[in-house]
Amino acid sequence: MNSQKVAEKPKSKNFIEGATGDWEVIIGLEVHAQVASNSKLFSGSSTGFGAPPNSHVSLVDAAMPGMLPVINRECVAQAIRTGLGLKAQINTKSVFDRKNYFYPDLPQGYQISQYKQPIVGEGEVEITVDGEMLTVGVERLHLEQDAGKSLHDQHPDYSYVDLNRSGVALMEIVSKPDLRSSKQAQAYVTKLRSILRYLGTSDGDMDKGNLRADVNVSVRKPGDKLGTRCEIKNVNSIRFIGQAIEYEARRQIDIIEDGGKIDQETRLFDAAKGETRSMRSKEEAHDYRYFPDPDLLPLEFSNDYVEELKSKLPELPDEKRARFIESFGLSAYDADVLVAERASADYFEKVAGGRDGKVAANWVINELFGRLNKEGKAIEDSPVSSAQLGAIVDLIGSNAISGKIAKDLFEIVWTEGGDPAEIVDKRGMKQVTDTGAIEKAVDAIIAANPEKVEQAKAKPSMLGWFVGQVMKSTGGKANPAAVNDILKAKLGI
Amino acid sequence: MQVDEATVRRIARLARIKISDAEAKGLEKELSGILDWVAQLDEVDTSNVEPMTRVVAQKLKMRDDVVTDGEIAEQIVANAPLAEDNFFVVPKVVE
Repeated sequence: MNSQKVAEKPKSKNFIEGATGDWEVIIGLEVHAQVASNSKLFSGSSTGFGAPPNSHVSLVDAAMPGMLPVINRECVAQAIRTGLGLKAQINTKSVFDRKNYFYPDLPQGYQISQYKQPIVGEGEVEITVDGEMLTVGVERLHLEQDAGKSLHDQHPDYSYVDLNRSGVALMEIVSKPDLRSSKQAQAYVTKLRSILRYLGTSDGDMDKGNLRADVNVSVRKPGDKLGTRCEIKNVNSIRFIGQAIEYEARRQIDIIEDGGKIDQETRLFDAAKGETRSMRSKEEAHDYRYFPDPDLLPLEFSNDYVEELKSKLPELPDEKRARFIESFGLSAYDADVLVAERASADYFEKVAGGRDGKVAANWVINELFGRLNKEGKAIEDSPVSSAQLGAIVDLIGSNAISGKIAKDLFEIVWTEGGDPAEIVDKRGMKQVTDTGAIEKAVDAIIAANPEKVEQAKAKPSMLGWFVGQVMKSTGGKANPAAVNDILKAKLGI
Repeated sequence: MQVDEATVRRIARLARIKISDAEAKGLEKELSGILDWVAQLDEVDTSNVEPMTRVVAQKLKMRDDVVTDGEIAEQIVANAPLAEDNFFVVPKVVE
């Protein structure tokens, strides 16, 4: 019965091959995103990055006796906006709980989090992997406090604790176990990050630890019930998320195929070695003893408030993508590339406005992004402004310059700046469309190369050589189409 | 409800409270007594009662998102048994 079922099922390209057949990997992610806010979730100290140790700490963050938390209304708004961006259910009543554990960077002895009643319920994120669209379920989103930071490399016998991060607002976004490959997991985090950045609810800066993921991985034979999962803590880059999943899935398959059993445990990803390993210190099963925080009343707001926030949401990547395809005639691929970052999409829209969208997309993606990548620059730091690139596209559109000259012009604007139209005028880069001038150049070349003319008459593909010569003698400024026409007429081919 | 010694020890460990063998024995009794007393409340059917979160009608107070606090690192570490450059210094914790 079972073998029949497997035989009927088409083999998924996501399956991992083992010694005993195919395996399916099941992945769920808990993403922690720092809320974009000026001050902390429950105190008035700054969330600024890179400050001197313990300078962004108030007596509340340090959990001095008698201090009481007061919630930051903007952090609540940011969580609601994020929920709306994930097309999720917004809970107008939610509850803060204490999650109890001891660690030197957690001065309260508990983290204020949300357990049974989170601020945001079920939602979804659409991802595209290898051209295939997939909807990933979001289980919930809740608000919680970040912990401080421990430094272990300052002293041989001591750890140094900095509480600047302590109390900063985090959104924990929990996915359903809907992901089936490392690629899908990476696409999900990339998309989630993009949505957060569009909304302005988190900067998603993974280098600063402002977005990090706990990755739950288990494996099973296709069609079987779920296997035992392991949780890989605090993976802080999209590349590492992929590597951690690949390694962990293979490790679990090897253990099961050797007759072993997977222990449910917390693991960490060692980026240097590219492997996951057990966190021995967490062996003792956690018992967080959650209970409602008696210092905080339930978090309540009205549906009107949610609607008000909703009415002010910016256009999100999925809608922008659809609009770019619809109104600029872009390919799905180009649209994806352009909408991934809001700054890129805005730049493109300024270049494309009132112009040929496809030509604009081509210049933004191939020339501009190519050049920015080469120099490791962000779009915000582009030496070529959208107005300048727009002017270059105009000059191509009006046939003032050829595509080849346009690349030279782009280079000049990139390194020297200036008004593209002026540069073209001043440096005599205008395309020669004056047929008289082109004819003159053609005549000169025909007169100088009588034997080539004979060859070309017998073999019309020789035309390319003549075109090259004419372009050379006109400094690349002759309109290629005009050159072609005149040459064909003069050579009689 | 009977709380055994293992449970007492686990609770003490979670709370980071050191207890002697004699204390553990006494606590077994004490905790069992407390739980028995609380268990009496289970006899009341509360399935249709909202959990009470406040005694007077009051809403959760909120603050605006402005920086009004912090920049007092010396005061923050003033009571620390050990500090350096305004870091708390604690026995080594390594994963």
